[in-house]
Amino acid sequence: MAKMNMLHAINSALDISMAEHPQACIFGEDVGYFGGVFRATSGLQEKYGKHRVFNTPLTEQGILGFANGLAAFGAPALAEIQFADYIFPAFDQIVNESAKFRYRSGNEFNVGNLTIRTPYGGGIAGGLYHSQSPEAYFAHTPGLKLVVPRNPYQAKGLLRACIKDDNPVIFFEPKRLYRASVGEVPEEDYTIEIGKAEVVKEGSDITLLAWGAQMEIIEQAAVKAEEAGISCEIIDLRSILPWDAETLIKSVTKTGRLVVSHEAPITNGFGAEIAATIQKECFLHLESPIERVCGLDTPYPLALEKEYVPDALKVFEAIKKSVEF
Amino acid sequence: MTNPNNISLNISHALEFIDGHALNIPTLKILSEQGDILDGATKSELDKETALKIYSTMRFIRLLDERMQAAQRQGRISFYMQCLGEEAAITASAAALKQDDMIMAQYREQAALHYRGFTLEQFMNQLFSNEKDLGKGRQMPVHYGSNELHYLTISSPLGTQIPQATGYAYGQKLKHIDKESGELNSEIDNVTICYFGEGAASEGDFHAGLNMAAVHKAPVIFFARNNGYAISTPADEQFKGDGIAARGVGYGIKTIRVDGADTLAVYEATKKAREIAVTTGEPVLIESIAYRLGAHSTSDDPSGYRTKDEEAEFKNNCPVARFKAWLLKQNWLDEKEDEAIKDKIREEILAALKVAEKVQKPALEELVSDVYDTPIPALQKQYEELKEHIKQYPDAYPITAGRIK
Ligand SMILES: Cc1ncc(C[n+]2csc(CCOP(=O)(O)OP(=O)(O)O)c2C)c(N)n1
Repeated sequence: MAKMNMLHAINSALDISMAEHPQACIFGEDVGYFGGVFRATSGLQEKYGKHRVFNTPLTEQGILGFANGLAAFGAPALAEIQFADYIFPAFDQIVNESAKFRYRSGNEFNVGNLTIRTPYGGGIAGGLYHSQSPEAYFAHTPGLKLVVPRNPYQAKGLLRACIKDDNPVIFFEPKRLYRASVGEVPEEDYTIEIGKAEVVKEGSDITLLAWGAQMEIIEQAAVKAEEAGISCEIIDLRSILPWDAETLIKSVTKTGRLVVSHEAPITNGFGAEIAATIQKECFLHLESPIERVCGLDTPYPLALEKEYVPDALKVFEAIKKSVEF
Repeated sequence: MTNPNNISLNISHALEFIDGHALNIPTLKILSEQGDILDGATKSELDKETALKIYSTMRFIRLLDERMQAAQRQGRISFYMQCLGEEAAITASAAALKQDDMIMAQYREQAALHYRGFTLEQFMNQLFSNEKDLGKGRQMPVHYGSNELHYLTISSPLGTQIPQATGYAYGQKLKHIDKESGELNSEIDNVTICYFGEGAASEGDFHAGLNMAAVHKAPVIFFARNNGYAISTPADEQFKGDGIAARGVGYGIKTIRVDGADTLAVYEATKKAREIAVTTGEPVLIESIAYRLGAHSTSDDPSGYRTKDEEAEFKNNCPVARFKAWLLKQNWLDEKEDEAIKDKIREEILAALKVAEKVQKPALEELVSDVYDTPIPALQKQYEELKEHIKQYPDAYPITAGRIK
């Protein structure tokens, strides 16, 4: 084990993947010598050469189109989109192409070798275009997998699983935690199964569910709730597509209450899908309506970020509301 | 013979491929590094008043950039981007336009905005995202915009302004199309200038925007700022062939390449480009060759990807110094007076910074205004709930709590 921040953990997962397959390529804006604007790919060009770790021209559409082609050829394509906010120029390549390659060709061709890494989320004073959480747009697309780690250990194991997975995967990296979150991470290879949520803490009164950077927030809220005598079960969804309804159903059946939290706007956020499913599956076990603590239905602001963001206080209030219903 | 392919057929029997660099487009240069008009150079029409306004704009932006770069390091603002090295290209091109021509910029073009009359206070209010910011504190520093000054508010996603400029310019032209003949019946009164970096020119939006402008004839001036780098990526990892200018030619657009550190060359080229656009209604492309003297932004450290020697070489080719040398030789500028004015601007900047820093942040209602023309019901409800929450925990939301009605 070594102490690593999330960037080191991601770098380590990429390094292992590059060593594993002689044709694996890392590419994206500034990822070459510079190591990416957040330095997640530092040192990899020196190690694996300019043919396999390279800067692309500034074209997300080009990056993903190229990645689809490279993956269709059979080489692991490890594409980086500099900020999740800039994934939209590549939307067509991802939603119409990556996601449908296998289906439309009867599996004559597929891009299972594709992994897209992209930093997402707020908390860095980035305003509209450096803070978005676009997971819900992609969660509406069959054929993709979406994964979000909450800490360095999870990041390495999940990223390795994404790269090994035989489907196109988008790996959303919580950029606020890149350097802020440090933890024990094995230097050797390991994977964490995609599609499985993790019960981070057991409890009996209410279930709290989030993913990525929002995990820290629900954990803080749980501390406040415990002080008020409310026992919280905390679950990290980890994988948004496919998502682990089973673990959540089991938990809500036990606690009878659920709070879901994400940074993206509430309307049509992935929390809506979760609430709908749990409402159906756990109807007779629910003690109160499912609460969602999410971003407002506005673009991500700058000066009033604190007001906008689902913070621990807002989650705490939702917990109280649910318990006192 | 009919020509459905829309190309000029020039039959050859030799199996020859044209090299990507074959065009080799020349670079217009009028002023020498020492500030002398070069032999045989196009005569410049730049008058004294405009010349001094250009110079004072460049000087102001240098000082503002210097001060705000430092302010970012002191943690007083979160982010900053300098125009360093491109002051001549931006200011002289803006000066060659009419005040009410539209400007669609990328982000590094504060000099064009100041030339138009954006005040020191307006710059500061945006940089501090306070309640006086025209953008209501929603975007990161340097995302300026002003409807009054015909300067579209900056959007971070690169290249998006390029096809928009085509559409806007097409609108400007429509006013002058004769209903009967469908031809331009007069000179167009306004054009759009669209600035973008050589990096942004790789985006799909660039290709879409240029192609649309060429085919549908929009009076837009595409101003490509080729400054050598897109963050850490050098231009030779960005494109092949003869620069962005070659693409203009490829799309059938009248194109010129200029020395972007040469105020006179940029001014003359843009003046001529405007003339072409207003008389023919067609697009023009200008590629400015300059060097991004500073870091990409305050989040960047260029020492990792370019050498000290390279930077030093370009420091000696300072666009502001070159223009100043010419002004001095013209006897339009006096060294002593220049120094005095600089000191005065420095003081003004510092004072304005201190004022803007203390102006309060936008009120809570600005969080939900402008998402739609009026907030939709769901958002209205979210806002009411948020207000209640903040009233309950005022200490946790110090920026807005005290002002909630
Ligand atoms: C669509 C999109 N992708 C990525 C970014 C991140 N980004 C911001 S500036 C920049 C480099 C731009 O370089 P260039 O266009 O050459 O302009 P310069 O900074 O050199 O003036 C990048 C990659 C972005 N803003 N938008």
